[in-house]
Amino acid sequence: MDSNQKQNKQYLFDNPKNVNRILYLLYACCTLLVVLDFVIHRHVYHSWENLPLFYPIYGFVGCVILVLIARWMRTFLMRPEDYYDNFYDDHHDSSVDHHCDNNSENILENAANEHTHKGASEQAKNNKIGDHNVDA
Amino acid sequence: MWMLELPPFTLFFIGGLIAAMTRGKLRGAIMVAIPVISAIHLWTVPEGIHLQLAFLDYELVPYRADKLSLMFGYVFHIAAFISIIYSLHVKDTVQQVATMLYAGSALGAVFAGDLLTLFIFWELLAFTSVFLIWARRTTRAYHAGMRYLIIQVLSGVILLVGALFYAAETGSLAFSHIGLEGVAGWLIFIAFGIKCAFPFAHNWLTDAYPEATPTGTVILSAFTTKVAVYALARAYPGTELLIYIGAAMTCFPIFFAVIENDLRRVLAYSLINQVGFMVVGIGIGTALAINGAVAHAFNDVIFKGLLFMSMGAVLHMTGRINGSDLGGLYKTMPKTTILCIIGAASISAFPLFSGFVSKSMVMSAALETGHDWVWLMLLFASAGVFHHAGIKIPYFAFFAHDSGLRASDPPSNMLFAMFIAASLCIAIGIYPAALYSLLPYDTGYNPYDATHVLAQTQLLFFSALAFVWLNLRGMYPPELRSTNLDVDWIYRRAIPTALHKLTAVVWKADGRLRQTIKGKLSQCQSIIANKHKGLGGLLSGSYPSGNMVLWVAVILASYLFIGFLG
Repeated sequence: MDSNQKQNKQYLFDNPKNVNRILYLLYACCTLLVVLDFVIHRHVYHSWENLPLFYPIYGFVGCVILVLIARWMRTFLMRPEDYYDNFYDDHHDSSVDHHCDNNSENILENAANEHTHKGASEQAKNNKIGDHNVDA
Repeated sequence: MWMLELPPFTLFFIGGLIAAMTRGKLRGAIMVAIPVISAIHLWTVPEGIHLQLAFLDYELVPYRADKLSLMFGYVFHIAAFISIIYSLHVKDTVQQVATMLYAGSALGAVFAGDLLTLFIFWELLAFTSVFLIWARRTTRAYHAGMRYLIIQVLSGVILLVGALFYAAETGSLAFSHIGLEGVAGWLIFIAFGIKCAFPFAHNWLTDAYPEATPTGTVILSAFTTKVAVYALARAYPGTELLIYIGAAMTCFPIFFAVIENDLRRVLAYSLINQVGFMVVGIGIGTALAINGAVAHAFNDVIFKGLLFMSMGAVLHMTGRINGSDLGGLYKTMPKTTILCIIGAASISAFPLFSGFVSKSMVMSAALETGHDWVWLMLLFASAGVFHHAGIKIPYFAFFAHDSGLRASDPPSNMLFAMFIAASLCIAIGIYPAALYSLLPYDTGYNPYDATHVLAQTQLLFFSALAFVWLNLRGMYPPELRSTNLDVDWIYRRAIPTALHKLTAVVWKADGRLRQTIKGKLSQCQSIIANKHKGLGGLLSGSYPSGNMVLWVAVILASYLFIGFLG
């Protein structure tokens, strides 16, 4: 029963009203900062700073551009999560034919492959592990 | 003072030995006590050279203290103290010993007065810290640690070669201003650059740090890069090239940070971004800029440590660290959430938090010296760091969609360590004069004038507005399970694939060559055999009896001859 109650408990931001309150607070702060821009006399070091609302516009536009470029970067940088893990698997088949005439080499290669296969499954098992308590 | 001649690293090395032999609460107590005792001792140390010895024809200075090295010495003690408390619950001798030796090596490096001593500690930093990565005990961590070690050792080897050139050029090994003249200057610059995560040499950091243990990453984030920043500040202040390298470092990682899923890797990218601000400061080289770089290094150790600690706490409690798996943790981890937000506010340089009082010095220095475009890049990077470290980290870990995870706050030692770091972030932000009094130069700088505060607040609030707007429009890139390619692709994929193909080609050619030679050899054999296989020939299978009679006659004739002689 107790755990059930815990699960049903309403948290602060489960209520959309509270989320909206935060957002309105942010909008209010932004408006206030825009107003202050014209009220406060500032010491300007650079002519760009004289442009009205230089900092707010730079911050907003900068962040939007940042995110848009980053999104575009995903189109050519993103790979599956295990991209680097299965390197040996990809090359296994193609590499074996080339040194058929060399037995000892082959054995070594197979051993290495077995090792990485084992490694991969081990990894899947302990990928989530953080700390180890090793000491007795 | 009886310990005056004892360099600060010795206590930590002794502590490492003790940590190897003790267990449980005793070990914890000793490990916490060592940075405290060492810090008290360091506080009493006056500036100057405290240890000097002759080695061959050179003068070695293993212990030199001045304002610059003392500043780093202080913050390394704070970092060691906080991270030792943070990892008190860990029962892993390897990690505890590595922590002590690693912190000791960093202290050794910043108090080194000559290049040979610096080289020794430079390499020790690599060899001691790699165990914090391997202690994760996953295959992935093992490989990442190997790559880390290779690159770090390479940096050390370049440093050694550079030091030898330097000794040949100048006849001295003194570690002071070096500058980019001659081969030695460039080699040492590259060695420092690798450890400082210059662009294209930065990948060891984003590759290895997120693979370390939850506590290990906190410790790693404090020392290696800051030692490199110290070394650059000592040897290359005012080097124009550093301004552009630093500006690039502040900008490019934020793009990667926005699309990265592993939140500790996001922090690793933002670590490069922060180091970029320091490198720009060193490159500008005025008193204000150097002060800014050093103060920012000091603050960064604390707030970046705090952020890594909060993410370590999440990983420790939930076993997950990918943004796509997390969310809604504020419900059950409220204390961690608040502490993380304090760290996020500090790194974003909100007024009244520590990042503001140091980052603004570098920005002001860039404007004062007329580096307009660099200043614009730094401004963009400031907005960007708020975006990925200030909002993304707390938002995707603690808010966003409810992941259903209901992990509680971490053990009290972890919370306490985070609390100390958070208090320092706020204290430095509110009362920066204390920090400024420790800086190498007296510039009378005041970060809290209306112009600065307003400009920074406007920048940050409108960046937040951009985040909200992008999110509401559904344009913000969602957290996806993925690997993003970076420079490490070259040595993890391109070069191995090329080598693989090359060996395949070589094997094939080799096989063909052997076949041809084998064929030719057997051809030769059969030709030779054919030539000599006739009756009585050299390789013949049968001999005629006439041959035998001839040889018997020869033997008898010899006997006869010998008989005559006798």
